[in-house]
Amino acid sequence: MNMKTTFLSICGLLLGISIAYGQANISPAPPQTKPVIITGATIHVGNGQVINNGYIAFDKGKITAIGEGMPANTNGADVIDATGKQVYPGFICPVTTLGLVEIEEGARGTVDDEETGEFNQNVRSIIAYNTDSKVIPTVRSNGILLAQPTPEGGIISGQSSVVQLDAWNWEDAAYKTDIALHMNWPVLRATGRRRRAAPGTPEESQEEHQQKELEAVNSLFSEAKAYAEAKPAVINLRFEAMKGLFNGTKKLFVNANGAKEIVQAVNFGKKLGIPIVIVGGKESYLVADVLKSNNVPVIITETQTLPYREDDDVYLPYKLPKILQDAGVTYGLTGIGFWRQRNLPFEAGEAVGYGLSKEQALSMITMNNAKILGIDKTTGTLEAGKDANLFISKGDALDMITIDVQKAFIQGRDINLDNLHKQLYRKFAAKYGIKANL
Amino acid sequence: MKKFLLISLLALCVYRPAHAQETFPVNGTQDIRPGLYAFTNANIVVSAGQTITNGTLLVKDRLIEAVGHNLTIPKGYVTIDLKGKYVYPGLVDAYTTYGLPEAPRQSFNRGAIVPVSTKPGAFGWNEAIKPEMQAKMIFHVDAAKAEELKRNGFGAVQTLIHDGIDRGTSAVVSLGDERDNEVFIKDEAAAQYSFSKGTAATNYPSSLMGSIALLRQTYYDAEWYKSQKEEYNISLEEFNRQQNMPQVFEVSDQLNVLRADKIAKEFGKQYIFKTDGDEYRRVDAMKATGSSFIIPVNFPEPYDIEDPLDARNISYDQLKNWELAPTNPAALEKAGIKFAITTFGLQNSKDFWTNLRTAMDYGLSEKQALMSLTEIPAEMLGVSDKVGTLAKGKLANFIITSDDLFKKDNIIYENWVEGRQDIISRMDVTDLRGSYSLAGDGLANITLKIGGTPGAYDLNVQRTGADSVRAKGNITRNGDLVTMHFDLKKPAGNIRLSGYISSVLPLALSGDAVLPDGTFTRWTATYTAPFTPSPAKPEQKPDLAVGPVVYPFAPYGNTELPKQETVLFKNATIWTNEKEGILQNADLLIENGKIKAVGKNLSAPKGAKVVDATGKHISPGIVDEHSHIAVTGGVNEGTQAVTSEVRIGDVLDSEDIQLYRQLAGGVTTSHILHGSANPIGGQTMLIKHRWGVLPEEMKFEGAPGFIKFALGENVKQSNWGIPEGTPNMRFPQTRMGVEQVYVDAFTRAKEYEAARAVKGNHVRRDLELDALAEILNDTRHITCHSYVQSEINMLMHVADSMGFKVNTFTHILEGYKVADKMKARGIAGSTFSDWWAYKMEVQEAIPYNGAIMHDVGVTTAFNSDDEEMARRLNQEAGKAVTYGKEPEEEALKFVTLNPAKMLHVDNRVGSLKPGKDADIVVWSADPLSIYAVAEKTYVDGIKYWDIDEDAAKQKALKADESRIIQKMIAAKNKGAATQRPDGGTRRPRYTCDTIEDDAYVVADDYNGMRTKNTDDQSKNQK
Repeated sequence: MNMKTTFLSICGLLLGISIAYGQANISPAPPQTKPVIITGATIHVGNGQVINNGYIAFDKGKITAIGEGMPANTNGADVIDATGKQVYPGFICPVTTLGLVEIEEGARGTVDDEETGEFNQNVRSIIAYNTDSKVIPTVRSNGILLAQPTPEGGIISGQSSVVQLDAWNWEDAAYKTDIALHMNWPVLRATGRRRRAAPGTPEESQEEHQQKELEAVNSLFSEAKAYAEAKPAVINLRFEAMKGLFNGTKKLFVNANGAKEIVQAVNFGKKLGIPIVIVGGKESYLVADVLKSNNVPVIITETQTLPYREDDDVYLPYKLPKILQDAGVTYGLTGIGFWRQRNLPFEAGEAVGYGLSKEQALSMITMNNAKILGIDKTTGTLEAGKDANLFISKGDALDMITIDVQKAFIQGRDINLDNLHKQLYRKFAAKYGIKANL
Repeated sequence: MKKFLLISLLALCVYRPAHAQETFPVNGTQDIRPGLYAFTNANIVVSAGQTITNGTLLVKDRLIEAVGHNLTIPKGYVTIDLKGKYVYPGLVDAYTTYGLPEAPRQSFNRGAIVPVSTKPGAFGWNEAIKPEMQAKMIFHVDAAKAEELKRNGFGAVQTLIHDGIDRGTSAVVSLGDERDNEVFIKDEAAAQYSFSKGTAATNYPSSLMGSIALLRQTYYDAEWYKSQKEEYNISLEEFNRQQNMPQVFEVSDQLNVLRADKIAKEFGKQYIFKTDGDEYRRVDAMKATGSSFIIPVNFPEPYDIEDPLDARNISYDQLKNWELAPTNPAALEKAGIKFAITTFGLQNSKDFWTNLRTAMDYGLSEKQALMSLTEIPAEMLGVSDKVGTLAKGKLANFIITSDDLFKKDNIIYENWVEGRQDIISRMDVTDLRGSYSLAGDGLANITLKIGGTPGAYDLNVQRTGADSVRAKGNITRNGDLVTMHFDLKKPAGNIRLSGYISSVLPLALSGDAVLPDGTFTRWTATYTAPFTPSPAKPEQKPDLAVGPVVYPFAPYGNTELPKQETVLFKNATIWTNEKEGILQNADLLIENGKIKAVGKNLSAPKGAKVVDATGKHISPGIVDEHSHIAVTGGVNEGTQAVTSEVRIGDVLDSEDIQLYRQLAGGVTTSHILHGSANPIGGQTMLIKHRWGVLPEEMKFEGAPGFIKFALGENVKQSNWGIPEGTPNMRFPQTRMGVEQVYVDAFTRAKEYEAARAVKGNHVRRDLELDALAEILNDTRHITCHSYVQSEINMLMHVADSMGFKVNTFTHILEGYKVADKMKARGIAGSTFSDWWAYKMEVQEAIPYNGAIMHDVGVTTAFNSDDEEMARRLNQEAGKAVTYGKEPEEEALKFVTLNPAKMLHVDNRVGSLKPGKDADIVVWSADPLSIYAVAEKTYVDGIKYWDIDEDAAKQKALKADESRIIQKMIAAKNKGAATQRPDGGTRRPRYTCDTIEDDAYVVADDYNGMRTKNTDDQSKNQK
């Protein structure tokens, strides 16, 4: 080890210490030991319903009752007076690199979202999910309580799981494991600058290129299907990972934005009998009927983005949820990346100015996302019997000027809402003698 | 036909011309010919304005001896009776690379770092400036290329080295297939320029603004060079020598014309512009340059877009351009702009006449077309005394045509270049077309029908009687010789005829035939009936209706720019940003582009429009302190550590759709910054979002100048992927080095200023140091990209010690750690609301940064550095409420008044106060709320965004696209060649660390200069 690397290691160590300091006093919450009842709140159920002056009770991690006014019995329960405040189901952030990436650039050691190679069906995001990421508490502070850490890259990127965002380790964090395979649908349209072909070789059009990739994909899936039907002579880990697609335990999440790619992906799923979820879906509105009639849901990636085409409606991405809503397509929403997911509530709220109702916007990142991820039996709405994944905000949580998450519960556990940013705020407010308005 | 050409070409080569090449020895007997020709009975188009009917043209060797009516033909002339044919001056192509080697195409090598020229010789520092290049030194006659041009009627061309920013001098040559010495008309015709560095290996410039800065500096260097004795520099020497020649500047689009013209005016020059033919988009501005133009006729082919989803891959400006490009020549003519027409850029030289005639269908006059192909280029290039018209003493460059040159069926027969004949299409031969009856043994009852065109005959054969049959045959003619063959099935096999024209009046052919069985026989074919061409389908008149030009040339452009209005907004919630605070149920009056009054119960002046704004909120227009929109040709000139000479103001792009999209988010003023690739970047430009005006008109009048500095990972190139140990790596690579760059730069600037104060212009004017001196004199302000406290502290110390001020730290994500130090120096902070974790240096960036800086007393703003975020900066301001609970009134100032203050334009914008600019936004709700929609946006009292009018515009846009697509499909069905949709020419999305890609610098890829859209919107870094 030369001087330079020694130096770097020491730096890294020091850095590590300071990071650890930032996180050291934010511990995962212990299991719920006592019933909790929140009263006097405006309760947003997540399915469109709003209960004014309502209560919600939960015990042993499950919601036990919800309704208007006061519960019949509050004995032995911690009662939280939330008069004038809002209660929401925990927001669910699908398709994210949260917990897989800590620092996007310049620190490759912290980046674990993309394996090398085109076909990585067997890799699993869950085991790379870093519960000690200092990003997670910042996202949690805006009401996001569940997430789907998702691998990226290649044609098939790997498998994702759903985690809850308050855990000691990935094993504890796992909410539902290996629920989906993620695929980047080969792009039909030439996007980059046209390559100059080598002299003497014919230029390959984007269609031909895509066709080749699709042929590879088709044969892969046909073989995987056959493999799933009979006991194979030789174990193939990649095919093993795909079995769930053919028995209904896994979905195929397909990243596709172009209308033609979306139609191709839908037909592909239909042909093979695989449940498909479209992720991205910028042009999904152009083929909404295809999506609806095939019952294929879309996870919109961002509303706060630019239109696909220069001549598109300047507000098109803001209007997309409303268009899909009206067309009867099941749609959810995610933001992009990992740290930016703390803006997920605002990504949802954005659609309200352009026709969606506030409760529909909320459903997008609660009930709809839960349905699409296949976790709606236990979360996504505030209904008795479901997990007590919820939070209290002083005001409207979809709007930045009113969001103020004051308490949050994951499976009934009262989680710590502190984070590195709040800590640094307090630290420097103290230095300058100004008030930290948290 | 081909053989004829070869023969005649050979004929030209075997004898020596009369008056040239004295110095060359002769092998064999001298063969000097007088070269005396008389062309009689012709319609001689002497020039675009003058035609002599039944005229005579006398040629003496290389020159025209006389042209006129009733001339006496002296003895000794070869007389050619043109029998009413036409004679035109040989055409002149003002822009070619004829006879020059292709510039060696060099792939852009990201690995190689070449800070200064490595070219051997006493040349300048930058390989892209090569006035030492002279076309004449490397010119060599290229018979095949010459033939291609001559077929189209050209007799002389300008030829130039198509590589580099300063490309040296061109030559004008004639297209004769002679020894190189013989063809020069002018050995140095014009000095040539462009913005494209071409094959130069020097890294600088890597951007359009760098090219402009380099050119500008070269003018100053050349001026200085004249008065100094220390340096010998061939490039500057040559540059100076060439200044009195015509100056030809190649540009890619209409806005580059304006950019180049700005340089011209700065240095008292007048360029001739060679363009890509987009002038119609801004024809008035083109006219205002006072320049003449050289324009192409390479109109785009229709796109292949029957599939409506594929059609989405074509951008609106591509559709419009397809329709409008052929109108360009006529538009220039109508505007009274002087222009030449070139074949340059045509994929296929055969398209020249077709396209030219298309341009004429769209209104280009014959007279103008002829002038643009003769007199004008001749005059531009200073060779009017030699070519361009037919007059005594000029070169005998002329063409002989069957008809009016511009008529569709006109045939160019001969192209004479310097008195040397080149036959394009034989004119003196008998037309063989017609019906013949064939006679000969075994050839009974056969009729031959010769059709087609003279030059491309076809043959149909018919036998009547018992074995009646029709067949297609083959016919070849070579002068008087005719060869035919055809197969009449019974008996099977070809009947082959070889013969000659045995009689002209009456027409008859005869010769020998070989029958399928090998029998030899004599044949005779006797003319029986004239050729009757099958009736041509009545030609459909092309649909000449075209849509209007829109300003800017982009979706949502206007056919007419919106006008200033007097408007009274009633009963709104008005965010004044003044001591009045937020007024409920109040009125706002705007007039003459200014805010006239704010208050309750205002009354409307006469003629004012009254808008009921009940339930609406009105705020000042949003000011974005950090933006990279509306820039073309690269946002970083990161090839050197200090590039204070480059100016964003040189490369504004008024056609960027983001200007409009951001109006739809309430943005009215944007500070357009150079990127953050180097410690001292380029000069910035403050603009207003005046959608549709020219780049210069977007500039915020009177705003003080700024310059971009940068610290941290970008300037030390940590994430550029340059392998360690790469030779010539740019200094600095550490934060330690960054400090020294600043100290060094300002030390040099001080010395420079001191020296200039004493010695004046004897000290070389250095634009880089000029800008730094402005900083030292506090006439230019710094906005510095910055992240971590250590380096922020460093720059503050450097500034203190060198005696300059930092105006703004932009991004400043760790501003909260040094807020007290910033406050003490009066430095403003313009930050992101909540960005972090995207690289190492932002791992302690916190969303409370804005609140802390503000609460400590720093003037604080939120910026975008992102064209998406910019259109919802109001929401970003709302995050100052989320994180730190700033009062809403203060939060809104983060994106309005505070950035206006740090940009020193708060006397004009940023609050709603009588006398300030009427830059206002009408919102559907509290502007900080996620639910707020910008319904109307005014700049200078002009409504550039209206949500309802936008809906109508969308409809009109779709209709116009659909109309053009229908037209394209029709064109395709008529057999036009098509091109594949290619994803459109999208603008690249620039952020701070966008390093310009190679699209810009590749030598001759002018049409590809705009980078194609990458659609990768997922990760944009700051």
